[in-house]
This record gives sequence, C-alpha cells and structure tokens, in this order.
Amino acid sequence: MAALGHLQRLEAEAIFILREVVATCDKPVLLYSIGKDSAVLLHLAQKAFYPAKLPFPLLHVDTGWKFREMIAFRDETVARLGLDLIVHINPDGVAAGISPLASGSQVHTDVMKTQGLKQALDQHGFDAAFGGARRDEEKSRAKERIFSLRTVDHRWDPKGQRPEPWALFNTRKLKGESFRVFPLSNWTEADVWSYIAQEKIPVVPLYFAAPRPVVQRAGTLIMRDDERLVLQPDEVVETRMVRFRTLGCYPLTGAVESTATTLEEIIAEMSGSRVSERQGRVIDHDGAASMEAKKQEGYF
Amino acid sequence: MRPALTAHGDSGDFVAASPQIALLRFITCGSVDDGKSTLIGRILFEAGAVFEDQLEALDRDSRKFGTVDGGRDFALLVDGLSAEREQGITIDVAYRYFATPRRSFIVADTPGHEQYTRNMATGASTADCAVILIDARMGVLPQTRRHSFIVSLVGVKRIVVAINKMDLVDCDQRVFETIAKDYRQAVAGLGFETIDVIPVSARDGDNIRQASARMPWYQGPTLLTWLETVDMSEAAAEGEQGVFPVQYVNRPDHLFRGFAGTVATGRVAVGDGVVSLPSMRQSRVARIVTADGDWPQAEAGQAVTLTLGDEIDTSRGDVLVVQPRTGIVQVRRQGTARVLVTGDQPLRVGGAYEIKLATATAQTVISAIHHVVDIETYRPGMADDLPMNAIGQISLRLDRPVPMTAYRDSAVLGGFILIDRISRQTVAFGFMDADVADLPVGKSDELTRPLVNLRDRLLGPSGSVLRRQRLEAVSWRLTGALVLAVVMAGLDLPLPVIGTVVLADLLVRPVLKVLHHHVWQTARQPAPALSDLDQGDGI
Repeated sequence: MAALGHLQRLEAEAIFILREVVATCDKPVLLYSIGKDSAVLLHLAQKAFYPAKLPFPLLHVDTGWKFREMIAFRDETVARLGLDLIVHINPDGVAAGISPLASGSQVHTDVMKTQGLKQALDQHGFDAAFGGARRDEEKSRAKERIFSLRTVDHRWDPKGQRPEPWALFNTRKLKGESFRVFPLSNWTEADVWSYIAQEKIPVVPLYFAAPRPVVQRAGTLIMRDDERLVLQPDEVVETRMVRFRTLGCYPLTGAVESTATTLEEIIAEMSGSRVSERQGRVIDHDGAASMEAKKQEGYF
Repeated sequence: MRPALTAHGDSGDFVAASPQIALLRFITCGSVDDGKSTLIGRILFEAGAVFEDQLEALDRDSRKFGTVDGGRDFALLVDGLSAEREQGITIDVAYRYFATPRRSFIVADTPGHEQYTRNMATGASTADCAVILIDARMGVLPQTRRHSFIVSLVGVKRIVVAINKMDLVDCDQRVFETIAKDYRQAVAGLGFETIDVIPVSARDGDNIRQASARMPWYQGPTLLTWLETVDMSEAAAEGEQGVFPVQYVNRPDHLFRGFAGTVATGRVAVGDGVVSLPSMRQSRVARIVTADGDWPQAEAGQAVTLTLGDEIDTSRGDVLVVQPRTGIVQVRRQGTARVLVTGDQPLRVGGAYEIKLATATAQTVISAIHHVVDIETYRPGMADDLPMNAIGQISLRLDRPVPMTAYRDSAVLGGFILIDRISRQTVAFGFMDADVADLPVGKSDELTRPLVNLRDRLLGPSGSVLRRQRLEAVSWRLTGALVLAVVMAGLDLPLPVIGTVVLADLLVRPVLKVLHHHVWQTARQPAPALSDLDQGDGI
C-alpha cells in the first residue's frame, strides 16, 4: 500500500469514505460551498460512484453575501454536470436584516451559516452531510474525526468522540443524530492544489490573480463586489492585482496581493508562502479557540 | 512506478510525468513530561510547516499559557482543544501535516496518559512507523513500556526512539547508551523489526533537522532524516492473494451492476477467477471500472469498481478472493481476538454487540474472557471483565459466517470494532487471532487433547471467568464439608457416621441443586432482548 503515490493514497481514502456513507446512511447530502475544497470533494464523489450519477444532492447554504463570481460558477457547474442542487438561505436572518456589515461577523456567521445549515439539514432530514474541511486548516479541526457525530441539536462533543481505528468507521447513530463527514480530512492545501492541477478540476476564477477593486479595512484587503459595501469616509477603492486563498462572504474574506494567474504559479506561490491559508478569514480570529466553540454549536 | 499506475496512462499525462512523493504516516508516543508536543512543534517548525501568522499566534499564546520561561512554547502549536490548553496536556489524537522535498508526512500526535490508551491505539492503527520519546533524565519508564506495547499491538514494526532532553544530562553519551540498551531489552519480546535510537533536544533543536554540535559522538541520522529515509516497502507484497471486500453495489440501471470497493491485499486483474465469500459462488472479473477509464488491474489500496462475468448474488460485506483459493481468508462464525476496550462499560462474558469487520457487520456475543494483559509488564492475568482501556483476549461467536483473516495477515480483514447495540458507541476494537483450528498441534498435545477438552468442558477454558467461578464453587463445597466434619468430630460422633454425612453432603446436595436448576431452566422464557440471537445454531 505504501508504494501508492501520495495523492493516490489520499484519493482512494476519500473515495472509500464517500462510499461508506452511501452504503450505510439513509439520506446523505454534500455541503457545497463553491470553494476549491468543495470542487475537489465533488470531483471525488463523481469518481466514487462512476458510472452512476451522484446518489445524493448538493446543498449550498447561502448567506446572500457570496461573491457574484461564486454564484455564477456554482450555477454553471450544476448545469454542466447535471447535478441536483438545493440552495438554502436562512429566511429568519433575511427578515431580521442580518448582514456581515451591520451585524458583525460573529452574528452573521451564526445566523446565516450555522443556523441556516441546521435549518436545511432538519428540513430535508439529511442524516449525513459531507464537508470539504481539512484537518490542517485549524487546530480544533485537527482533532475532529472523519465521521463527526452530532446530536439531535447538531452539537459536537469534542471530549466524547468515537475512536476511529484503521478505516473502520462506526456509522451507527441514534434517531435524530447525524454525521458530518470529512473525506478530505488528511489533505493539505498543497495537496488540494496539486490534485486540482492533476485532475484539471475547474475552480472559481477568484483564486487566480486579476485586477480587482479593493479597499483597506482593518489591515485586510476587502473586495468591493457590489454597492452594499458602503465606504467609510477615509476609504478609497483601488484596483490592485489580487487573488483569494479561501472564499466566503465577500466582506469577510481578505484578498492577497499576487501575480499568480495559473495553477502552476499558485502552487509555486504557496510553497514560498509564509502565512497560513485561513489568515484571510475574519471569522477565525473572533477569540481564542473560536472555531471549537462554533463547531460545538453546530458549525461545520 | 508500479504497473498499475502506468497502466491507466490515458487518465492523465500529469501522473506519469511527475514522480509522486510518497506518504509516511507516523505516530509519536510519549507524555507531556517527555516533551512530546514540544518535539512535534519543533519538527513542524524545522520542516517549514509553521507560518508567520501562526508563529505570531504562538508567541501570543506562549505569553498567556506558556511553560517555557520567556521563550516560545512549541507545545502550544499542537494542543488544539481549549481544555488541553488550559490543562497543558494532550487529550485527543491530533493529526499534523507537513512535507519535505522527499516525503509528505501525516503525524498522529497522541496522548501518553494511561487513561487515553484508546486514543493512542487509534493513532497507531494507521501508522507506518512510531517515534517513541524517552526523557533522558528518567530513562525507560513503565509508560515507555506501555507505549511500546500499544504500538506493537496494532502491528507497527519500525521504531525510532528519540531520547529527549539530552541537554539536561550534559549530552552525556553514556546516559544515551545505557537508555538505548535498557530499551532494547525492555521490548525484546514485542516483535519490532527495526529499532533505531537518536539523542535529541526538542527544545533546542539538536538532531531534529541539524546534527547536534553538542553531541559529536552521535554519527547517525537526525530525526527528520530518519523519517525521510525509513524503508517503507512492504515485505510480503509479492505473491499475496488478491482480496477485495465489497463495499457498495453500484447499480445505476439494469445494465450495470458493479462492486465498488478497495483492494485489501494483493492484486486483482481482468480475467481473474474469483470466489465470493461466504457464498463460495465463482465468477470472473469482467471489467475494472474507474472514472479514468477501465484498468487492466488494481492493487492493494486502490479504490475501484469491479464487474463480474456472471450474475452472482454478492453484496456489501462479502469478500471476493482471487483463485486459486489457497490464501489467508477464512469464513468463520467464531474467533479468538485481542481487544482494547474503548467504551465506559466493561466487556463481560455474555455481552452482545454488533461487530464490524472490513465492510461486514454481524451480531456477536463474547463467549469467554481468557485474560487481561498488564501493559507495563506484558504479563497476562485473570479477569472477570475488561474495563475501559484494558487489553485482553476474548472469544467471540457470530450469528452468521464472516470472511476474515488473522490480524497479522491483514489489518483490513483482521481488525474489527464492537458497537454497543443500544448506545451505538464503539465499545472496543480488536485484532483477530489465527483460528485455533489452524494452530499447529504437536504430537504430545494430540494425546492429551481429549483430557484437556474434558477439563475445559467441566471447568471452562483456561483463565476464563467460568473456570474461576466453578473452581470457587468446588472450593466452597469442600470448605463446607470440612466445617461439618469438624463440628461432628467435636460432638464425638463415630467416624463412619461423620464419613457418611460428609459424603452425602458433598454428593447429594449438588445433584439436588442441578435437578432443581433444570426444573427452573425449562420453565423460564428466553429474555426478549436476546431472542433474536437465540435463533440459528451459531449463538
């Protein structure tokens, strides 16, 4: 087994996990967040069940604040591959006028992403949800199982996790409990990009450097994707050559200055990088161990 | 490049063009006092896997929680859960990732405390090799023996011992050599293939990436060099039988019926004759289907979809083995196994669980607990039950035949988990032993075997709770008879009378008890919860 290449081993592991869920759970769904990890996950899922079509739908928990290019890419992907996509946006949050600008990143993330996700899972009765999260992203993720059991209320108990020896996943659960399943747990950011290059997987163009309108806000470059980003008195919109390492709600996603316009250049830039991927994520910096707290409340 | 990789050349020239970096998975064993988290933090730092923003966060955290006066506490890089940061200990398995130009690495960073034995075993189960940490000031401790035992239990064969904190013993070569010798002696019976020993200082970085200037007497590789170069080639790969557990039946329409799964051992090729276990039906591999086009063959570790030449009834949990069937897979409905208990409730004789082995599941009952192993002395002892974190040997009966191997032949088909039928938690994981029927039986053993069988039938298997209970009952009867005799002797009764009464007491009462027991046994209904297990002859 050790003679298999590194990406082959990771690919085979992910395919095994995807099949295990479909073979043992009642109603799985793939959480599709449009980013590069979702793109890889979707590609692996198609490989796992080839020549059949995907035996589960995709779910996108929208917040109304994604980059416009993300939504366009999502719709194009769904049409091209003939996928079954469910888009959910928390109606309570919309009614309450929740926005990352007016409500702050914590409230916005909680209401639109965490609560929105729980609503969608409950509404459709999904008992297993695939996510593209990787353990190298963040410290509390490093300790999460591949099959992460959630209570009826979608809570994660980091101290009561099931042991996961070998590739023997305990897929049994009580009524109402569900799994978050992470087939890319053992992948790194570099693995994801190498695999995208190897398999020629399409990704959102925002990952590639281009001249884009950005403002400096709290030390982060924020792209002004539409008019809702109201400028402060001292702010000016500049056009800079930037790209994104991760994608989320545009007012919460920092751009990096870059000239990398091809996959090869991205991979080269990344191997020389001295900052981590999630550094551009505003929501990760809301206090120590904040990801762990969010996950306990039901966040991915 | 292996044949299977080049065989599907149309899947992409990229694969063929770029040599793939191999992946090494290893586990680090030690406790916080040995400096384990510091060592991992140091390895990540030396391998360039720590980014500037993470270093800034580390410096911030070092001031808040740090245990290194005024310095960077590398341990904080890896202790992820808030409880761990507060208590300064590692509780759960954490996985770390880094790459050097030679290899990619996945590190299972596991806790060293005894109450987290199960977490360490989990981390070790997927490891290619293990780094065992010893504090140079303390030498080989009971915990070192425990960590080594757990690692050997899951079948890790290659060990590197990092003797840490060498700076605190003045980098003394004699200290290093004494500990190295002690360690080799301590683990002599555990079956490791290679043991290498490296003197390091995780805090200062000696012999991690750079050779230590303070220890010129050490000429061997640094720890990172060892990890980059340790030989991972599988010894038994050649000539191994192709074994394919069916994971999922893929039938998008009535024209296609594919068996999706991952090759467990050996190699499966188009045209190979296969037998489906346990049904024993035969067929031939028609196609090996992948999204990258059909392959001529697939080997261990590759996830593919097979189609067969005949419409045979095969489903998830069945195992396809390449003919001729002279291999390691057996269809069994009982087995002896070592288990590690992971649940809150102890394992007991009669306990009923669901067993998951490869892709198969079945109902199972623990028919005997043979012994518990003291994981510091490696000695077996008597046990009525096996509490959390205990390692012991048990016998299991299954409600249906399941294809399996001994764990030493294949972790995929010899490793299993036990699932509680009510809470659905994983209560144990286990390692199948070779079938008793397969064990070589010597001449002298053959002669005494009927006697041994009779003894086991009367008293229960050696070391079992049953035997202990029966021995206790016999001892109680004899004690009772002795007391009776002494009392009667005190009353000056004649010897024949005493003899008769005692004999009657010894014989008549047990017979009456057995008869009485039988009356009740036939009158009693089976408990409803177990009735589904009472059907069939297996249980």
